[in-house]
Amino acid sequence: MIEVVSASRCVTCDVCIAVCPTDVFDRGADGVPVIARQSDCQTCFMCEAHCPADALFVAPLTHPAPPGSPLRDEDHVTDTGLLGSYRKELGWGRGRKSGARTAVGPELGRARITPAPAQGE
Amino acid sequence: MTTTALDLTADVVIVGGGPAGTWAALTAAAAGADVLLLDKGYCGTSGPTASGGTGVWYVQPEPAAREKAMASREALGGHLQDRRWMARVLDQTYENMNRLEAEARYPFPVVDGVVHKRGLQGPEYMRRMRSWIKRAGVRILDHSPATELLVDPTGTVAGVRGHRRQHNTDYRVRASAVVLATGGCAFLSKALGCDVATGDGALYAAEAGAAMSGMEFSNSYAIAPAFTSVTKTAYYGFATFFHGDGTPLAGAGSQGGRSVIAKELLRTGTVLCQIDHATPEQQALMRSGQPNFFLTFDRLGINPFTDKFPVTLLLEGTVRGTGGIQIVDDDCATSVPGLYAAGDAATRELICGGFTGGGSHNSAWAMSSGTWAGGGAARFAAALGSSAAKRRLTGTGGVAVRPTGGRPFDGDPWAEAQDVLRRQVHPYDKNYLRHGDRLRPALTELDELWQRLRAGASADPAGTPRLRQAAAMVAHARWMYTSALARTESRGMARRQEYPDLDPAQHRRLTVGGLDELWVRPESLLAPRPELAVA
Repeated sequence: MIEVVSASRCVTCDVCIAVCPTDVFDRGADGVPVIARQSDCQTCFMCEAHCPADALFVAPLTHPAPPGSPLRDEDHVTDTGLLGSYRKELGWGRGRKSGARTAVGPELGRARITPAPAQGE
Repeated sequence: MTTTALDLTADVVIVGGGPAGTWAALTAAAAGADVLLLDKGYCGTSGPTASGGTGVWYVQPEPAAREKAMASREALGGHLQDRRWMARVLDQTYENMNRLEAEARYPFPVVDGVVHKRGLQGPEYMRRMRSWIKRAGVRILDHSPATELLVDPTGTVAGVRGHRRQHNTDYRVRASAVVLATGGCAFLSKALGCDVATGDGALYAAEAGAAMSGMEFSNSYAIAPAFTSVTKTAYYGFATFFHGDGTPLAGAGSQGGRSVIAKELLRTGTVLCQIDHATPEQQALMRSGQPNFFLTFDRLGINPFTDKFPVTLLLEGTVRGTGGIQIVDDDCATSVPGLYAAGDAATRELICGGFTGGGSHNSAWAMSSGTWAGGGAARFAAALGSSAAKRRLTGTGGVAVRPTGGRPFDGDPWAEAQDVLRRQVHPYDKNYLRHGDRLRPALTELDELWQRLRAGASADPAGTPRLRQAAAMVAHARWMYTSALARTESRGMARRQEYPDLDPAQHRRLTVGGLDELWVRPESLLAPRPELAVA
């Protein structure tokens, strides 16, 4: 779920308010979006991908991160390079090459079935 | 608060802004129609394609390759496909993918000098579709869930009513034709991008008089790391699965072994996974192929190739099932004049039968059926001409819009619907590992909830879309279980524990419908295929 809105990075462009498919944000009095309906967040990472300022961080959990979690800590997600990492991989943003250009996965054969452990193992 | 409803007109209204809806909008606009697209969220990010990305059933137009592509999935789908439709979809998908490159400038990868068109990265694809349809003159209303269809006195669909949630105002659109591209139904499971897929279009179509087909093929569950949303199952083909104590879970697999995972999750609540059969080169290709697959792992500090991490199965219902609104002609018209269905909102049995197993066929269906529905709707609108503007409009919405009265709903209908769906539809022993002894009581509780919703549930304008979603999910589940009970065999993904075998006498599709009273009837028997003798 969406956990971090960086007030220092936010450029108050309202893009996240527009693009969130489940309408999680409201515009705050200072223009910085507020996470108004976190329980509606479907953890799709779309707000983060579309944020031009890398000001949003979506924790990969479908429930709120617990108090004290590093996933709620702007300094942690900044220092570890997680903030903005999805947008970077998509190749979105000035001077970047679209990630779609290199999006070729491995050949997928027949899915592996977990074998029974060998006798005596 | 009193608000003035927005009153609009359009030749063609598209409900839903995912791939099917945007291709429908593009095609209708190119045919000269004035097109309005309504998205309950945001066209460009809404739905499983935008956030998930997808493979595409893109096959070169060479007879041998096409034959192989069509034949490869027929047994899996229970031989309910239609070869003519499969060929049409392969043709249309080939054309649309080439247009994406030439006209929308989608940046396809180039491998050994050849443009690689077997997949689409979701955010890039849907961002480009949005700007493409805007260039084509399509008007878009985001955050504007439709709440009901409008019909003229003959029952022909003539518009849509809805609510603009970021403006707190209702809207009404008078239209000559409507395309429902609202997606399937995943019951708010938090599967990637699926919480907007609540089956709204199927409810609206049923209220206008349309039927569903293939709703027994609705028990798709996808693998995701536990407590996360990233339901991308393909790469688990390289995985080993384990019991909670770290010993191998024999027979488990992402394809052909998913029910083993479900049974273990039911039994102990824990299944571990390690993607330990990918070479370093394959691992690197996975990251460039689907970067969103790694969002969860990177952020939780898991190395999926060397760590054992817990996994779960999330319900994808008819998003990756194949059931949906029945279509009656090559334009993806429904049985209701003026109403068309496309993408996951429509049945995909014509090309998939009772099984899809992945996004590739569904994405091909979405762009093909969207193209056809948009073209059909534009032609319907043109034929209607200016007489469309004079029709008297009536709302078709029932549940949560026009309660029948009697008892007011006792309690919070939204919370109660979620609770019943969590107990009667999400669980693996109800909807996945199906048995009549468990389906029947589940259906009874869903029916009882429906009757209470129908009698007394209502909300203010801002709360109406959500209540309609709750009702749509309950209706969806009732059609699913009614069809599942009627198919007393195992075919495609619709397996019954007490009927484990395929029954050649049931080689036909099932149509289901109704709202207060449900009905189900078989279509006529399909022509036998030689493979059936040995199936």
